[in-house]
Amino acid sequence: MKTLLENARIIDPEGGTDRIGWLLIENGAIAGTGCEEAPQGADERINCAGKCLAPGIVDIGVKIGEPGERHKESFASAGRAAAAGGVTTMVTRPDTTPAIDTPEALEFVTRRATEDSPVRIAPMAALTKGRAGREMTEIGFLLDAGAVAFTDGDAVTTDAKVLSRAMTYARSLGALVMAHPQDPSLSKGAAVTSGKFASLRGLPAVSPMAERMAMDRDMALVEMTGVRYHADQITTARALPALERAKKNGLDVTAGVSIHHLTLNELDVGDYRTFFKVKPPLRSEDDRQALIQAVASGLIDVVCSMHTPQDEESKRLPFEEAASGAVGLETLLPAAMRLVHSGQIDLPTLWRALSLNPAKRLGLAGGRLTAGSPADLVLFDPDAPFVLDRFKLNSKSKNTPFDGARMQGKVLSTWVGGARVFGG
Amino acid sequence: MTFRQKHLLGIEPLHPEEIRTVLDLADQYVDFNRGSSKHADTLAGLTQINMFFENSTRTQASFELAGKRLGADVMNMAMQASSIKKGETLIDTALTLNAMHPDLLVVRHPHSGAVDLLAQKVNCAVLNAGDGRHEHPTQALLDALTIRRAKGQLHRLNIAICGDIAHSRVARSNILLLGKMENRIRLVGPPTLMPARIDEFGVEVYDDMREGLRDVDVVMMLRLQRERMDGGFIPSEREYYHRFGLDADKLSVAKPDAIVMHPGPMNRGVEIDGEIADDITRSVIQEQVEMGVAVRMAAMDLLARNLRAKLDEGRYA
Repeated sequence: MKTLLENARIIDPEGGTDRIGWLLIENGAIAGTGCEEAPQGADERINCAGKCLAPGIVDIGVKIGEPGERHKESFASAGRAAAAGGVTTMVTRPDTTPAIDTPEALEFVTRRATEDSPVRIAPMAALTKGRAGREMTEIGFLLDAGAVAFTDGDAVTTDAKVLSRAMTYARSLGALVMAHPQDPSLSKGAAVTSGKFASLRGLPAVSPMAERMAMDRDMALVEMTGVRYHADQITTARALPALERAKKNGLDVTAGVSIHHLTLNELDVGDYRTFFKVKPPLRSEDDRQALIQAVASGLIDVVCSMHTPQDEESKRLPFEEAASGAVGLETLLPAAMRLVHSGQIDLPTLWRALSLNPAKRLGLAGGRLTAGSPADLVLFDPDAPFVLDRFKLNSKSKNTPFDGARMQGKVLSTWVGGARVFGG
Repeated sequence: MTFRQKHLLGIEPLHPEEIRTVLDLADQYVDFNRGSSKHADTLAGLTQINMFFENSTRTQASFELAGKRLGADVMNMAMQASSIKKGETLIDTALTLNAMHPDLLVVRHPHSGAVDLLAQKVNCAVLNAGDGRHEHPTQALLDALTIRRAKGQLHRLNIAICGDIAHSRVARSNILLLGKMENRIRLVGPPTLMPARIDEFGVEVYDDMREGLRDVDVVMMLRLQRERMDGGFIPSEREYYHRFGLDADKLSVAKPDAIVMHPGPMNRGVEIDGEIADDITRSVIQEQVEMGVAVRMAAMDLLARNLRAKLDEGRYA
């Protein structure tokens, strides 16, 4: 079976190119791309009408409510949302109830994912048992069971001894450790970032310094243990020098940022709008601008959705009491297009952060257009405008900060392994 | 006369002219309250519900009295003992109450923004009686009325607000109100009790009482919560009193006719010396309580007028 996608604006993050051409899919894999005359002999020809064709998004840090909170999100609903959002691999978080901290639990995730999700799942596992920060998990067995990275999510291990041992053990197996750089004693109880807005609203706040402090500590531990390290979200300008230094010194370090921190700032909370409560909290506009530059320059490697479904009950509370997190699988692409439309980043650079870098970091085959790679692709109209209606999202939970927002960028089709999972 | 608000959630949305309207009407209610017949029918037929999710004696009594003197049917709900304890969410409580058709809802809640949230879900007029560290608008209005009556003006005064600014909704509402009325505001207190970036609010910040109180017209003391006294924010009660407690010595650098205010309840010997608090030539603390009832009557009267106007509009539309 050969499918030819022709007359497409092909976004190749590896080559850094953005040009009109064709892409051939053969037996679920990419057989080739080019911009000269299209090859003959395809079973199916699809005219892409000049719309953008790019590798499917590899989204690091997706929370799915299975096990424990299936009413918030299931593999089926998250999978549909991902397909509709151009996400072809969901890298799932282990901060479920109970946590994914044994090979048996991980096998449950893999089995449920294969049964229900139209897109690929690459599961992460907990670094410490019960994410409690005391004893390391069976990192070896979990790797064998398919864990792509190890993280306790937003539960920061405060005991440096425990963390350093887990890192040392992980290093010996070549495992990737993903951390959430926030000093927990400073950020405890905080709902927003400290500053004029927080003071005016009278909300408990955390200094942005909490991120830099944790980043400094983590970089010292990486230097000590030699572990492969990924910071889940860098959200402040003050934490960037530590990242830059670590990379310059040759440490095996990468970092991500959520799309919400790239497109929203602390003032968006307005009159206590809980859909804008995320973790870490939204930052200042200066921070946001610095983060966009860091993504454009490649200092920050990965852009993700930090998809965190929350039900209405847990959000319809006073701001301090409301749950943190926002869904993002379906809004990641159009929100990211805001950075392109504002002229701050070009499409191949953006796609490096959305697909190529996360795939490379996790050792996944997708995220690129090289011949032989799996045909995980997204076709989208970069300019198509729409107003987001949260009740039309595929996620079971509708907690998006973009409800009612004017957005540009619509997914037309998504393919996983050459099979179309979204669009017509 | 201008007052366009549907709710009184904070000082932030108020226009200076609206603040003047409340204070002018409150002035009339002060005289009314001093008369022999303290009953009017202004709010007759309206139902006022006081929902206090946090303990309060003074504010609740003040709102209750204000409502009763204006002829409203007043009900108090002690929310601490109610269904909140059974896990009902704030919004469900609001919807339940809304179904009973109250006209005025007076709400105090320990979390900032909770009263705003509640106001979005009900049809009646909502008065914020204090939400977390956010706002306490009627306190700021009664303080303003007290100052205006004592000083004969509410602009171009030097006003010092002293103590635990960080955790105080009274301070926030006062900073907003006194700023809107074009006064010079100084904040005095230890840096651990100052909110972040407070200097961006158009105020001067001092961590020395004698510097902060120099030549001020008004000294506004704030209550220091017991739970903040030991070690966490300040080293000890006695060191706090020594450095930030208002006594005759520190007050001597203020203007000779400076007035002393306190929202109550006072911790004598912690933030204020007992003699200063009782000195009727300086302290206006009792007047503040009196103004409180009058200001709340004025606020409810104005909100009820807007509410009734809206209902009439609906009827004839």
